[in-house]
Amino acid sequence: MSVEFVYPEFEIIRNTERCTACRICERQCANKVHSFRKERDVMEADETKCVNCQRCVSFCPTRALKIVKSDCTLRENANWQNETIKEIYRQANRGGVLLSSMGNPKPLPVYWDKILINASQVTNPPIDPLREPMETRVFLGKKPEKVQRYQNGKLKYELPPQMELSMPILFSAMSYGSVSYNAHASLARAAKELGIFYNTGEGGLHEDFYCYGKNTVVQVASGRFGVHEEYLKAGSAIEIKMGQGAKPGIGGHLPGHKIVGDISRTRMIPQGSDAISPAPHHDIYSIEDLCQLVFSLKEVTEYKKPIIVKVAAVHNIAAIASGIARSGADIIAIDGFRGGTGAAPTRIRDNVGIPVELALAAVDSRLREEGIRNHVSLIVGGSVRSAADVVKAIALGADACYIATAALLALGCHLCRTCQSGNCNWGIATQRPELVERLDPDAGSRRLINLMNAWRHEIKELMGGMGINSIESLRGNRLMLRGISMTDKELEILGISHAGE
Amino acid sequence: MLLNAKNLHYRALNEALRKTSDDCTVTECCGQRYIAAGMSAKNITISGTPGNALGAYLNGATITVHGNAQEAVGDTMNAGKIVVHGNIGDAAGYAMRGGKIFVKGNAGYRAGIHMKAYEEKKPLMVIGGTAGSFLGEYQAGGAIVVLGLGAKDNEIVGYFPCTGMHGGKMFLRSDCRNVKFPNQLTARAADKTDLEELNVYVSEYCDLFGYNLHEVLSSPFTVITPDSKSPYKQMYVAN
Repeated sequence: MSVEFVYPEFEIIRNTERCTACRICERQCANKVHSFRKERDVMEADETKCVNCQRCVSFCPTRALKIVKSDCTLRENANWQNETIKEIYRQANRGGVLLSSMGNPKPLPVYWDKILINASQVTNPPIDPLREPMETRVFLGKKPEKVQRYQNGKLKYELPPQMELSMPILFSAMSYGSVSYNAHASLARAAKELGIFYNTGEGGLHEDFYCYGKNTVVQVASGRFGVHEEYLKAGSAIEIKMGQGAKPGIGGHLPGHKIVGDISRTRMIPQGSDAISPAPHHDIYSIEDLCQLVFSLKEVTEYKKPIIVKVAAVHNIAAIASGIARSGADIIAIDGFRGGTGAAPTRIRDNVGIPVELALAAVDSRLREEGIRNHVSLIVGGSVRSAADVVKAIALGADACYIATAALLALGCHLCRTCQSGNCNWGIATQRPELVERLDPDAGSRRLINLMNAWRHEIKELMGGMGINSIESLRGNRLMLRGISMTDKELEILGISHAGE
Repeated sequence: MLLNAKNLHYRALNEALRKTSDDCTVTECCGQRYIAAGMSAKNITISGTPGNALGAYLNGATITVHGNAQEAVGDTMNAGKIVVHGNIGDAAGYAMRGGKIFVKGNAGYRAGIHMKAYEEKKPLMVIGGTAGSFLGEYQAGGAIVVLGLGAKDNEIVGYFPCTGMHGGKMFLRSDCRNVKFPNQLTARAADKTDLEELNVYVSEYCDLFGYNLHEVLSSPFTVITPDSKSPYKQMYVAN
C-alpha cells in the first residue's frame, strides 16, 4: 500500500459457519461494505468503507456478524496516539479541514457523573410516585417579580407568554436537511403526544408539519433560512440561535448538493445553492442589537410567543447570559461543549466551549445574584443522557433540558459519527429516499414516547426519594446535590458541597 | 387613516397599523422601531424618521418614508416595497428574500447581506447614492443596484463588497477601478442584456424620485456575479 493508506479503524468479523450468504448485510449497507463473491459463493467485506453503524450486525438473521476495533495499530506512543497520527495522515493526503459529526468524544470530565443526588431517610419521608401525585409540569417564560393585585384586591394573573411542558424536556434543534423528513415527523408526533416541544432547527418548517405548531419551536439563525411571517407565527416559541455547543463561534454550511427538492423548498433557497449560515448574525454585534431582534420577533408575533436565545457554553457565559436576560428574551438556552451536530470541524468540536454543568451553575448563580433569575427561564443541553442528568440539571438551576442525541439514539442512531456523509443507514441523517424510508415515523415516535415516559417515571422516583413532589421545588435546590472527586474550585462553581459534607 | 406618532410607543403605533385595513399616513415619526413588522397588503406613508428595523419580515405592504430611515430596514423581508426619500443606516435588507427597497440617498454598512432568492421571489435593492463597506456580503440571490448619484469624489462603495457572494447579481454605476473585489467572482462592464435588466430596476427608481432615466443609464455600469454557488467549498476531510 502507498503512503496515503490509512489502515481501517474497524474489522468485520463474519462467522462463516453461521453466514448463509443471504445478502441482507449487502442490501442494508449504504456504504457498500458487503458484497457477494459469486465464484466462491461467499460474502466479502471492504472494511475501508465501514463506519461501524451496526446496521448489518442488527439485521443479520443468523448473528454471523460482528464489528470490532482493529488491533492493527501503530507503535504505542502516549503523546502521538494512533488517532492523532491518522488525522495528520488524512490531512496530508487531502489538505482539508477535518470534519466530524455528533458530540465531542474526548475523555474530558463529565460533571454529571461526579454529582450525586440526595434521598430522604427517617426525618423527611420519601414519596412513592406510584401512590402519590407528582408534578413534572413546567412553564417556561418570564415570571413576575411579585404577586400583584388590582385595586379591588383581585389577583393580576396575566403572565407574559409561557410554554407549557408536561415534563422538563424538549427535543432540541435539528434542521430538516441535517436530519430526514421521517426524523422530523417522528419528533413532531412524539412532542405532540407527550405535551412537550420539538425544534425545527434553522432549516425552516416543512409544510406538512405546520399542524404540529403548538408543539413546535421555530428557529431563526444567522442565515434566516425559511424565515417568514407565517413560519414565525406557526410555532409556540421562537428561538434565536446565536451559537451551538458543538461548534461555538462558527456558522453552518449545508453544501449545495444536499439542497434538493423539499429541502430547497423548506429553506426557500434555490436547488444546488450552498446554505451558508454566517458565524455571526450580521445585525447583532451587541446586547442592544440582540434586543432589537428579540423585539422585532415579538412585534411580528404580537407578543404572543416567548423568545428563546440559544448560546453555546463559553468562557464568559455568566456575563453573556446576564446580558441576554436584559435583552428582553424570555428563555435562555445554553448548549454545552458535548452537544451533537450533523457536521463540525473536528478541532472546534473537540476544543471549543465548556461543560454545560459548569456553565449552568455559573449562569444560575449570576442571575440570582443580580436579582434577574425570574426574568428568564433556563434550558440546558449538550449531552443530557438520562433522567438522572435531567434531575441534576434542574437541581443546579435549569428549568428544562434540551435533548437531541438521546432522541436520535431512540430513533435508531448508533453514534457512528458520520452524519456528514449523508449515508445514514438508520434513515436519520440522510436525504436518500431509500434510506429515509427505513425510519418509520410510527415506530420512531413510539420509541421517543417510550423513552420520555420512562424518563418521566425515573424523574418522579428520584424526586420522590428526595421527598420532593414537584419539579418546581427541585429547581435550583443545590442542597440535593453532592460532588465526588472534585476540586474545591469545581465545587465552588457548581455551588455544591462535597459528598460527606 | 392618519396617525400622529408624536410621543407614541412603537407598540401602540404598530397595534394601530395592524388594526386597520386602510392605507395609513404616519406623521411626526421619531425613532419608533419595527414599524409595519410582518405586515401585508397595506400602504403606509411616513413622515419623520422611523427607527430601526422598519418593515422587518415585511410580507407585502408598501412603505414610503419622507425622510431618512435608520438601521436594519427591511430585515428578512419576504414581499412588499420600501421607498425611502432620504438615506438609510446599516444592515438594510439583511437576508431579504423578496420585495423591493428603493433608497434615494446613501446606505450605511452591510447593506444587502445574505440577500437571497427563491422561485418567483427575487428581491431588489436600489441605492441612489453610495453604499458603505461590506455591501452584499454572502449575497445568495436577488439584485443590488448602487447608482452613486451625487457621490462626487466619494467611492461608490466602501471596503470589502461581495465577500462570500454565492448568488444573485450586483450592479454598480462606476467603472470600479478603485474597488477591490474578492477572487471568487467576476466583475465586468455591463453588456446589453445587463442594461435591459437594469433598465427595469432603474426606471422604477427614476419614477419614484424624479430622475432622468436616460441620464442615469448613460454612465458605465459594472456587473458583479459569483463564479460559484459554493465559494466556501474548502475541501473537508471526513474524520
